[in-house]
Amino acid sequence: MDNHEHQAVPSDLTLRVKALESLLVEKGLVDPAALDALIDAYEHKIGPRNGARVVARAWTDGAYKERLLADANAAIAELGFGGSQGENMVVVENGPQVHNLVVCTLCSCYPWPLLGLPPVWYKSAPYRSRAVIDPRGVLREFGLELADDVEVRVWDSTAELRYLVLPERPSGTEGLSEEQLAALVTRDSMVGVAVVTV
Amino acid sequence: MNGVHDMGGMHGMGAVQCETDEPVFHSEWEGRVFALNQAMSAWGTWNIDARRYAIEVIPAADYLRMSYYEKWFTRLVELMVRSGQVSRLEVESGRAAVGCTRATPALMAAAVPAVIARGSSTERKVAVAASFRVGQMVRARNMHPVGHTRLPRYVRGKVGLVDRDHGVFVFPDTNAEFRGEKPQHVYSVRFAARELWGEQASPRDAVYVDLWDDYLEPA
Repeated sequence: MDNHEHQAVPSDLTLRVKALESLLVEKGLVDPAALDALIDAYEHKIGPRNGARVVARAWTDGAYKERLLADANAAIAELGFGGSQGENMVVVENGPQVHNLVVCTLCSCYPWPLLGLPPVWYKSAPYRSRAVIDPRGVLREFGLELADDVEVRVWDSTAELRYLVLPERPSGTEGLSEEQLAALVTRDSMVGVAVVTV
Repeated sequence: MNGVHDMGGMHGMGAVQCETDEPVFHSEWEGRVFALNQAMSAWGTWNIDARRYAIEVIPAADYLRMSYYEKWFTRLVELMVRSGQVSRLEVESGRAAVGCTRATPALMAAAVPAVIARGSSTERKVAVAASFRVGQMVRARNMHPVGHTRLPRYVRGKVGLVDRDHGVFVFPDTNAEFRGEKPQHVYSVRFAARELWGEQASPRDAVYVDLWDDYLEPA
């Protein structure tokens, strides 16, 4: 509700952040329009649709997939993506016998240019603590039960490499265009906590 | 440091809670805190490792209680106070000290798209010899630095296989404390899940951890 009379008392943090911003603007340390531009970029321009386009291209163009797995940065740049928190990308491929899962146990490293800013669960203590010791249990909570003969590879983003999972293309999608395929690819499938379904 | 941030393998944190149709920011202040951190980083007064370390030194009980962007707020204030860009008195009052000169922002709105697109890689194209080669068995050193490190506790003393050599990168342990970049090779090291967790783990599974040369020794 935007009605002023019904608005809750602004939280302590709302006030503290406002005060800090006005201080930094007063001192000429930040440009408030730059803050708006940063927020707009990550709310509206940079997100999992970028990653989905990379995945769909890899599914439809074998040569692109090879380039993507060999030199992810260059292949991702072909589609116009890259930059902050994705300067050094690695793409890992799922297959019938291999399932990849990405985590950052030490903080919240995540491939921003392709997936946007990470969801709360990715940054949370439960995911960070358990993904490495109990990946199958975590996946089960996401509704994904893996067979015993599938190898789970967990990628802990401890350095400046950022990981994207290339999920398996689901069967029954042979007739779909690249654009239609991209629409099927979810954020969770590119982190490795889900598979792509039709 | 052996802080609570180093969570890999810990128990007692509960189940993963997912939110459907989660917004990028849950309230306006979160977006402002995110953007303030990015805009202030443009000054180059600190680096990514100092940013991370400033979160790690938040007292453990507070670290677990605070929301993600509350930690970012706390970190930003600490870094700015330490660098002398603001004083605690100014932060508390929300007003600039009398007589201070007005700066020109390091990041103007027009430059934001280019700054995001360029990023800031910590890879260094310098010739540094690699101490290990792909296919070699290595042991993560058993060490417990009190400062910043990206060597998680759960791999210390464990043996793994060098799966790939990512090239040469800035070393976080020294960079976080402004003691130099000490560029060196980073490797993806494959640890069998059973090497890390024992018989309870699947015999097929593995954890790949990116580790710097200084974190490793021959096995």
